[in-house]
Amino acid sequence: MRRGRRRALVGLAFVAPALLFVAGFVLYPLAELFRLSLTNSSLLGGEKYVGWTNYVRAWDDETFWHALVFTLKYTAWITPILMVSGFLLALLTVAPVRLARLTRTVVFLPVVIGIGSASFLWFGLFDEQVGLVDRLLQDVGLVDHAVVWFVDAELGLWAVIASIVWKVVGFGMILFVAAIQSVGDEINEAAMMDGAGYWQRVMRITLPLTARAIIYTTLVSAIGSMLAFDQFYIMTAGGPRSETFTSVYWIYQNSFIYFKQGYGATLSIILLAIIFAASAVQVLLSRRWGRT
Amino acid sequence: MMRAAGVAVATSADVRVASLPARGLLLGALCVLILAVMLFPIVVTFLSSIKTSAEASSVPPHYLPHTLSLENYVKVFHYQAGLLVYVYNSLAVALLTIVMCLVLAIPAGYGLARFPIPAREPIFLLLLSALMIPYQALLTPLYAMFSALGIANTHLGLALVHTALQLPFCIYLTRSGFESVPRELEEAAVADGCGSWRALWLVFLPLTRPAIVTLVLFTFITSWNEFIAALIFMSKETRFTVPIMLVGVRQGHFGAVDWGALQAGVVVSIVPCLLIYLLLQKYYQSGLLSGAIK
Repeated sequence: MRRGRRRALVGLAFVAPALLFVAGFVLYPLAELFRLSLTNSSLLGGEKYVGWTNYVRAWDDETFWHALVFTLKYTAWITPILMVSGFLLALLTVAPVRLARLTRTVVFLPVVIGIGSASFLWFGLFDEQVGLVDRLLQDVGLVDHAVVWFVDAELGLWAVIASIVWKVVGFGMILFVAAIQSVGDEINEAAMMDGAGYWQRVMRITLPLTARAIIYTTLVSAIGSMLAFDQFYIMTAGGPRSETFTSVYWIYQNSFIYFKQGYGATLSIILLAIIFAASAVQVLLSRRWGRT
Repeated sequence: MMRAAGVAVATSADVRVASLPARGLLLGALCVLILAVMLFPIVVTFLSSIKTSAEASSVPPHYLPHTLSLENYVKVFHYQAGLLVYVYNSLAVALLTIVMCLVLAIPAGYGLARFPIPAREPIFLLLLSALMIPYQALLTPLYAMFSALGIANTHLGLALVHTALQLPFCIYLTRSGFESVPRELEEAAVADGCGSWRALWLVFLPLTRPAIVTLVLFTFITSWNEFIAALIFMSKETRFTVPIMLVGVRQGHFGAVDWGALQAGVVVSIVPCLLIYLLLQKYYQSGLLSGAIK
């Protein structure tokens, strides 16, 4: 008994540094974020308690709501594109063939480079004058004139989506490949005996048995998209006319460009609440459907 | 096409023999197409970076360089404070982050895996809470905190943010690594008079080396690539990390983008990550999967 208690204390001592770190650099800042959201704190100095004023102001902040809707729109488009193409790529590259394995390795390559670097890379490729995307589209005859991507919010959004799909599609693919591999051969062979075709087996066996991985990846991917910043900061700079600000970008703009820390903190709290609610819903859904 | 091939496999052995090459050819062609699409951006960016500065900005652009030149790399090398300063900043921050993650995650994972701690699972969840609280939202208070402490513009400050970002994954990794070490080995070490600290060094760490390599690898790549915190915290030119240097390189001197220099800068920023991935692929993919299966 005494020995058990001693070991518990030793164990706690091992965990203590990490606990202190999380308390100091995650939980305390979170509390501080909430406190700041009730002040008019400025980066230039000075802060006063203003109660819920910032929250009322956020309610009327059209750019913020526009940014939030824009972020949702971005997430709503890119998440299904990423999941479907990731799954199809996994089906293609799961085959134990050298070319398939090579494809898997190459599709995963962009995942390891930074979103910042990838955005600068694509910013160059999408330039209407020196970029090779327009040159290529013209050479294959898809467009007559160079498309000017970033002067239009819609075109800019699709340019960003294309570049981010290129950058992260390998992430879902790798998780799906592992999930597909963990489905036993026997069940597929049995279905083949029964005359089930390839796509029938995919729909009836592979998809249901990899549902957990799909739901998990969808959640991670959607949260990542809701927090998008780098790609829009670098490629569209929020323009034209503030139409491509994302939520995090608008928070950054308020906190660090307009120096309104208090207000930025309020917007952060609202964003946290939205993401938290959305993930809770997704986790509940996955509990219901993911039990396989 | 694929459906037809799939059905054929199930129905008749004769048809299978005939249809497999066609199906294989189709899938092979698909793979080649995907390879081309995925590699195109990286290859043409690299090719642009070795054009002359003038050719890199030519309208319309050339696919292949007409003249090879290292001019763009020379420009990036001498950009403002000098490329080496920015690379040094990135490396210093990454190294500090790796050290802090190791120092915090190894004991924490050990304690959680092998000791009868009261409320173990709630403590574990608390340690993973950073996963639920995106660090982007915490940058405002962290910046205020670090300004007050005088570490806002330092390697240490940014490394602390990167550690907070990476620690949950690291603890998850070390905990599951240590849990997989057989009990008997630990008991044998204790019987030989090893204390828990010595057992960690002599038994656990040598056996979990792959997990530790994965941890170091992921932490390096996260820190090297991280953008928004570096943008906010490193406001002094001489403290910029490589991704933030690119923001400046793009702006150029007179407002016109220096395309060649930007592309050379992009190549410099992605090459370390690509090399690490290609050399240590085994660790990379296993780490990704162990982090994902929760």
